[in-house]
Order: sequence, then C-alpha cells, then structure tokens
Amino acid sequence: MKTFRMGGVHPEENKISNDAAIEVMPVPAQMVVLMNQHLGAPATPVVQKGDKVKVGQLIGEAQAFMCANVHSPVSGTVLKVEPCKDAFGLAKPAVYINVEGDEWMETIDRTPDIKRECTLEPKEIVAKLKEMGIVGLGGATFPAHIKYSVPEGKKAEYLIINAAECEPYLTSDYRVMMEHAEEVCIGVSILRKALGVPNAYIGIESNKPLAIAKMQEMARQFEGIVIEPLKVKYPQGAEKQLINAVTGRKVPSGKLPIDVGCVVSNLGTSFSVYEAIQKNKPLIENILTVTGKKLPSQHNYIVRIGTTYNDIIKHSIGELPATTGKVISGGTMMGKAVVNLDAPTVKGNSSVLVMDEAEARRNPETACIRCGKCMHACPMGLEPYLFSALVRNNRIEEAKEHNILDCIECGCCFFSCPANKPLTDEIRLGKNKVRAMMAAKK
Amino acid sequence: MNLLNISGSPHVHSDESTKKIMWRVNLALVPMLLVAIAYFGLNALLVSLISVVSCVLFQWLIEKFILKVPTTIWDGSAIVTGLLLAFNVPATVDMMWIVVIGALVAIGVAKMAFGGLGKNPFNPAIVGRIFLLISFPVQMTTWPQVGGLFPMSFDVVTGATPLGAFKEGALPEGVTFMDAFLGHIGGSLGEVSALAILIGAIYLLCRKIISWHIPVAFIGTAFVFSGILWLVNPETYMDPVMTILTGGIMLGACFMATDMVTSPMAKSGQLIFGFGCGLLTIIIRNWGSYPEGVSFAILIMNCLTPLLNRWCKPQRFAC
Repeated sequence: MKTFRMGGVHPEENKISNDAAIEVMPVPAQMVVLMNQHLGAPATPVVQKGDKVKVGQLIGEAQAFMCANVHSPVSGTVLKVEPCKDAFGLAKPAVYINVEGDEWMETIDRTPDIKRECTLEPKEIVAKLKEMGIVGLGGATFPAHIKYSVPEGKKAEYLIINAAECEPYLTSDYRVMMEHAEEVCIGVSILRKALGVPNAYIGIESNKPLAIAKMQEMARQFEGIVIEPLKVKYPQGAEKQLINAVTGRKVPSGKLPIDVGCVVSNLGTSFSVYEAIQKNKPLIENILTVTGKKLPSQHNYIVRIGTTYNDIIKHSIGELPATTGKVISGGTMMGKAVVNLDAPTVKGNSSVLVMDEAEARRNPETACIRCGKCMHACPMGLEPYLFSALVRNNRIEEAKEHNILDCIECGCCFFSCPANKPLTDEIRLGKNKVRAMMAAKK
Repeated sequence: MNLLNISGSPHVHSDESTKKIMWRVNLALVPMLLVAIAYFGLNALLVSLISVVSCVLFQWLIEKFILKVPTTIWDGSAIVTGLLLAFNVPATVDMMWIVVIGALVAIGVAKMAFGGLGKNPFNPAIVGRIFLLISFPVQMTTWPQVGGLFPMSFDVVTGATPLGAFKEGALPEGVTFMDAFLGHIGGSLGEVSALAILIGAIYLLCRKIISWHIPVAFIGTAFVFSGILWLVNPETYMDPVMTILTGGIMLGACFMATDMVTSPMAKSGQLIFGFGCGLLTIIIRNWGSYPEGVSFAILIMNCLTPLLNRWCKPQRFAC
C-alpha cells in the first residue's frame, strides 16, 4: 500500500461520526458573510445596505490576483457592510444579511438530476471556477482558478485528489464519498479536463474500506480515475506527503507541487467543482462534521457558509456539554481552536470538534531528554528540538539555515514529544520571525 | 458558559512521557537484577538497593536544598542511574558503602551539576563507575566467583573475571560460551548474563525506547574487530564470541551507550557512535592497562555526541 516515505505518527482515529448521514442544517435568521474566506486579499463588497440579495448572488468580487469571489448563501436584505470578528478573533470585512425566505438565483440548477456531460473547454472551466468562487477545501482555501491555471513553462502530469482524511475525527469527505461518489467523479473528470492530464488519482486512507469500494466501483464508469488506497499514517493527506505517496516525487524546498508536475485538490473541492460547473451553484455551502467524544450525538451537515458556530451547536446538540474544554475548527492535529463562537463559518471549514476539558489539557513541560522522537516523527526530515532551542534563544538566522520554513506544521513533533515541549508552537513562532526577518532585509 | 481553552495545534498528544520511558527502562533492567540475585545472592540485592536509594536521595537533597526546585525523583531517572551503577560494580560487601560514593559522583557531579536530566553530557552511571574504578582499584576488581544458585552468605570466594584472567595469560578453565551467555561467570553485578540483557533490550526495542543502531554497531564492530585480531593470532587475542559475551559489552551496548541524553539522535550518528564504542573497547581491552574498556569507550564517545548531532542530520524530505 502506498504511503509517504519518512516520519509520521498514528494518532487515535476517532472517526465516531462515520455513520452519520449528511443532514441539511436550516438557515439561521441572520447571516454574516466574511469577505476574506480564502488565501489572499479580501473580496470587495459589491452590495450596499438595503440591497436585496438572492441565494448565490455575487456580493464580494475578486479584484486582486490572489482572491476569490464571495456569494450570498441566503436571500434577504443587506443589513450593513462592516467588519466582523472571525472565529479566531480577527476583524474581517463582512456583509450582514437579514434572512428573508430562501429565494435562489434562477441560473442555479436545483434539480436532483446528475449531469455527466461537460462541454466546456479547459479555459472556460477555469473561468467558471473563478466566477463561482471555488477555493480549495482542504484547509488552505487556495483559490481554485489560480491553481488550475498552470503557469507558462510548467506542465501538469498528475492530478491528485486528497481523500486521505488523515485528521482524527473528521468524516465529511468520507460522507461525501459515500453519498455523492458519482458527483465527485464527475468533478474530478472536469478538473482532469481543465489540466489536460491523462489520469487523476484519488488517495484514500485504508481505514475507509467502504469508501474505497464505493469509489472504485464508481471510478470504473469514468475514464482516467484511479483510486489509490493509502496506508493509515498521519499526515498522509498533507500535500507534499500525498504527492510523495502517490507519485514517489518530492516537492523541493520552497517550490510548489506544479514544479514536479502535480496538482493536488481536496475531495470536497471536487464535489463543489461539480456543483459549480454542472449546476451553476457557487460555493455557498460547507459539508462539516459536528463531533466530540462527550457529545450526545454525532453529525455531518451541509451548512450554508456564514452560519455561526453557535447556530451549528444549537441546532445539532443544543448546547455545549458543561465539561467542554476546547472547540476546534478542523481536526485535532492541525485544526484551530475557536476563540469566538459567535463568528460565522467560512469556506473550507470542515468541522466543529468539541473536546472535553481533560482531553484539551496540555501536560506540563519537562526537560528535553534528546530522545530524537520529534526528529523521527517529522515527515519533512527536520529537527524540531533544534528549532525549539534556537527560537527560544532568538537565533532566527540559524533557524532559517536549518530550513525551518520547510515545516508544514503538521504537529507530529509535539504529538510525539515525551517532554511535552510545545515544539509546533515554537516552530510557528520561529517561522513568523524568519519571515519578518526576510521581509526586513528586503 | 464556561471559558474555552485556546492553543496552537496539535490538540492531542501521544501520551508518551519521560516518566514512562524511564520506568520502562527500569522494568527492562529487572531481568539482570534477578540473574544477579540468583548468582551473587543477597550481596547483589543489597548493593543494588543501596545504590538506587543513594541516587534517589542525592537527587532529592540536591534539588531541595541546593537548586531549590521541585523534585523530579518520581520521573524514575535516578533509579535508572542507581541500577546501572550497581550493575557496573562487583557484588561484594565492600561495595555496600563504596557505591554510595559512586552514587554521589554520578548524580551530583555527572548529572545535577550540569543542570539535571537531559543536560548531562556524560552517562552518569559510567562517570560514577569510572570514578570508583580509579579511586578504589582493589575493591572494584575483586570479583565474587559464581558458585551455586542463591548463595546466602556474605562471604564469597573471589577470583578473576574471564577478561581479567585473559589479560594475565589465559581464560579460566572450563568457561564455555553457554556459561558466558547465561551469566555463569565472574564479572560486575549486572553484566554477567547476556541472556538477561537481551531480554531487557528486546523489550526496549519493542517499546521503541532504543533503536537497533547503537547496540548492533557497537557489538558488531567489537565482534568483527576482535575476530580479525583472533584470526591473525588466536594465541594472543580472545575469540570474538567470548569477547562480546564477557565483560560489559552487552550491558554497555544495550543500556549504557543507548542512553538517550548522551547518544546522538540521527540514525547515522548512532551508527558512528556505536562503531566508535566498539572500536575503542577492543583497543582498550587489548592494548590498554585495564582488562575492560567499555566504560571508557562510551565516555569518550559521549564527548563526541554533540559533534555527531551537528554532523549527522536526518535526511531532509526535499532539498
């Protein structure tokens, strides 16, 4: 079975929401849509206070290069256009909408029919991805139209779809494969066409045998889709590791996947690509998991983007258990702890993970015994213990020389450290300091 | 509504801890202790007990009264040092007070003076043993001979170890490979039985506390190097199988050289480290003034550990 070559850990999988079918979450009474839901510059609001909007109407336009369109996930009246604090406490430009009814744009095909034919040319596909505000849903929310515009002089040879879902707890990709295998395959075919590559490889960790079987069966009906079962090892779904697992190639330091002829997209992205290209539906919904060991029930939902964390919690489980210690957006290894539950969800959110106090507590730090576990767990072949010492002593230049910027922040080092040293935190700080130093030099 | 914790990712931990590692090492040392009690009787038990208690006590005293920091005796590392120190001395009545001095040097000088666990450049138990070897050369080389099982008397017949005897001229008569493998030979308290050491080492390997690199490189180098010498002249040099089964090579390679704190982290560094230990051991045994060279070899290689950590980098994912 294929896997990446070095490092990696095996956290408890905890896929407890595996069997919860995707439910539709009702639309809340008020919606806040952030203009900055993607990597890059915020979109520019194109609506004003008092404007009527429909579901799927463009409300934020991508004017910068690295930017994506934002559409209204609801119908109603624009209440105001002003900054709103996001889930991590940072103010972002946003459009507040008072929800009235559920009136969709006429262009959007809401019939349940599945459309396989796609007659668009690659350039048209990319243009439509841009129009529909599609971004990568694997976490980085990289605008799709930029990813699928292969720069001059570079050539794509592999399209890799990340369905590893190596993060503990997360099951949204799994549910999409189980319930929408056909749409996913159509989406993948469209992306394959956009890139002009012979084959697309869908990498799935082998702890999802049902999904593998389902996708394999479906892929037979399509040309050029290969299902690639992967060993269960974290971070199998990290971009560079996945490329390594599927193709054996290695993305050099500071380079992009396209430099080794690869384009990687998340499975969820391929589903939204299907909806965007075949159904004219912009990216206005997320599929996310509501899970936690101490929750009374486990769920997978299709949620309008902009629904707040509190709305999701209220609808799914009523209220947080009294012993809740942490709420995480994403998985336990790379997810971010939510600061503000009143914040709206944004594109790419994959879960509301509720951790118990005991589970969320960090053990006290002890002395480093130079066991080297961090080094052997590092999938990038770096020396986390060394970064920790260098960053603590503010020796930023040396941290850069030891390639701190290669770190993908997967968390394997901290996860495996017997001394509980917050290695990943320190490396993150170090990377920021290195970037600041480099910016100052320029 | 209660307040939520926030922190950077990851939000889960493997549950591995220094304490667990140290207690597992202690568990791995139990077979050796049992064999020592079987062959050397109460002497072995008392020497081990006194060594462990003094190591823990010195650590507690130093942390409480000199460093004034919260005590770390429960992490089990002082017990590891105490056991390993006891395993490196002969099981005799004299040792019951001498080992206390060794414990003070091991914990006080080699460990706490450098800042405690994780900061010591040299293996504390080895520093303690070498200090005793130099300070008490007679008592440290008075070896009880193995008689029957579970001797109950404190008075023992003493004699040479196979290594000591060989240095003087020839192996003691009738010592077979099987004797050496099971531990039916003279020697330091914990080093006699290769079998008990291997049981402990296999446990540590399974628990991923040690990797094979240092022990294999150490024992392999010693075997090959002594084998070459033996092929050249079987009269002057000990045969390679006996070489690795007697003395401290097994104990040193599996438990002392693999000490996480004082050995290199990268696999390539560990191989060089093990190679150096093996080479130096055979050189000291054959051409040095001491019959045994494991402690000195490891101590010398400990000096090179920071350098090996600097030279031997893990292979990067992408250059």
